[in-house]
Amino acid sequence: MHAPIGHNSQLRLKAYQIRRTALKMGQVQGQGYIAQALDVADILAVAYFHAMTFRAGEPDWEGRDRFYLSIGHYAIALYAALIEAGIVPREELETYGGDDSCLPMSGMATYTPGMEITGGSLGQGLPIAIGACLALKRKRSSSFIYNLLSDGELGEGSTWEAAMSAAHWKLDNLIAIVDVNDQQADGPSSSVLSAEPLHEKWRAFGWFTQRVDGNDIDALVTAFDAARAHAAPQPRVIICDTLMGKGVPFLEAREKNHFIRVDDGEWDKAIDMLDAEFAR
Amino acid sequence: MSLKRSFARVTGDAAPRLKTSAMIASIAGDDQKTQAAPFGHALVELAKTRADIVGLTADLAKYTDLHIFAEAYPDRFYQMGMAEQLLMAASAGMAREGFTPFATTYAVFASRRAYDFICMAIAEENLPVKIVCALPGLTTGYGPSHQATDDLSIFRAMPNLTVIDPCDALDIEQAVPAIAAHPGPVYMRLLRGKVPLVLDEYDYRFELGKAALLRDGRDVLFISSGLMTMRVLEASKVLSKDSIDCAVLHVPTIKPLDTAAIIREASKPGRLVVVAENHSIIGGLGEAVAGVLMRAGVHPAFRQIALPDQFLDAGALPTLHDRYGISTGAICGQIKGWL
Ligand SMILES: Cc1ncc(C[n+]2csc(CCOP(=O)(O)OP(=O)(O)O)c2C)c(N)n1
Ligand SMILES: [Mg+2]
Repeated sequence: MHAPIGHNSQLRLKAYQIRRTALKMGQVQGQGYIAQALDVADILAVAYFHAMTFRAGEPDWEGRDRFYLSIGHYAIALYAALIEAGIVPREELETYGGDDSCLPMSGMATYTPGMEITGGSLGQGLPIAIGACLALKRKRSSSFIYNLLSDGELGEGSTWEAAMSAAHWKLDNLIAIVDVNDQQADGPSSSVLSAEPLHEKWRAFGWFTQRVDGNDIDALVTAFDAARAHAAPQPRVIICDTLMGKGVPFLEAREKNHFIRVDDGEWDKAIDMLDAEFAR
Repeated sequence: MSLKRSFARVTGDAAPRLKTSAMIASIAGDDQKTQAAPFGHALVELAKTRADIVGLTADLAKYTDLHIFAEAYPDRFYQMGMAEQLLMAASAGMAREGFTPFATTYAVFASRRAYDFICMAIAEENLPVKIVCALPGLTTGYGPSHQATDDLSIFRAMPNLTVIDPCDALDIEQAVPAIAAHPGPVYMRLLRGKVPLVLDEYDYRFELGKAALLRDGRDVLFISSGLMTMRVLEASKVLSKDSIDCAVLHVPTIKPLDTAAIIREASKPGRLVVVAENHSIIGGLGEAVAGVLMRAGVHPAFRQIALPDQFLDAGALPTLHDRYGISTGAICGQIKGWL
């Protein structure tokens, strides 16, 4: 629809397509964690279409970078990215969340090509990544493990056990991405359990730490590049501040909630507004 | 890695989709009487007279009806963040200092993630922490991460712990003061949101440690707990049209079991004994009852209606209840096959 201007414009287009595909899936079920999908779309666009190495037709290719989604409820967002990446056929979105679909509401490794781990029981992604990073090193692999975790997951002790372990083992093949949307089940993360100052915490745990606007493609590209290129033997984390509902103004403005209700008639309106925003 | 499911074939005229595969799916039928948040309201009521009661949660107040208590008693409510191990250990600390904590999360996260903390910090010292957990058994279509198909098995094996599986809103409402009055630790399964109300039609009161015969019958004795009591009551009505006469013994206290009532009812001759539970066939009420009967030398014809020993599918809850045999229709089918 837009003439490609530059690489980052391509990524903005991808982020828009991920948002649109996620909205289409939400519309199929009449529900879904759509506000999260919209907030994380820019991160996924940069991960899949800038940073990561993979083969669309061969999701288990040994040489791929692995993307670990511990937040199972964000699956709708990752499915959209996997569809845009050509790993999951586009027709599948029609089955999202339905009986016997390979796209269940919560992401599971046994259901979906490209879904590396079974998430949903939060706080398991980073610990699993520790073992996988150690294994990749044993195999002399140059692949990275990316783990997308949420600010809510920072409440789990297992996350910090893993954070300490990653630095101990000097896991320079681990890139954690924290989606700080300041939301979890009972309310704003900042009021549920104060986790700030996040930058200082991760740095004190021994990580190469960056904090960026997670809805700014240029900033994300710079941060992902720096995370991959960083020379010191330590794990890397990109803390991303994001806005729930990003890209659809009436959802951005809606009262923040872990599970945002979108009424039947609103899905088309959301897609229209997304299109209009992107065209601007 | 060839475990992945094959892509579903998308057909043009697919059946209308059931929109209930989300985390929170109501188990109430369309025409069923319901009561809102019975746990939250009962706890608020109880807290009026018991200043020792406090509420703690791990980022799931809204999803366990504890928000009702939090709104009524903000200064007695502790939001611990999404940290279930901390939730349980901190509740133990509260209890050590004389308070009676009600700690809430989902059943999977209490039974799986926080197990050791409940076992050693709470149960070993017999501290009065009341662990109240939503999404017991198969009450969400969200997949194994949220389906606590093993919680009764896990918690039955823990010494000192009392285990409760209430049927409906009335059961929950009456269980709250009863478990608070009990001096030791308790695990209670919770139905939340709009909770069906069925036991008001029977001559029934919740009594800790007691089973209750809700209806008598000559052909089948159902022994059941939790929402399965609701289901076998419905099934009994349906089966009576085929002249199958069913008794229902409701066992809301899974541990300690009311062995006297179970032995008494199962000893009556000529009835097929069927234990029905919203739980894996391994280690729940069914095997508990079987053990009681074996040890007592009572050997009726015995069957279990329970979830299979599998990680269950994700999908719409009604589909899954049919698939795994715990819907009213599936119960009736199994009974007819056995008689
Ligand atoms: C171990 C664990 N505890 C509790 C839950 C229930 N739960 C699901 S999502 C969620 C909130 C998690 O925070 P976050 O991922 O930041 O939420 P969001 O940004 O999507 O609102 C909770 C508590 C869970 N899935 N896993
Ligand atoms: Mg969050």
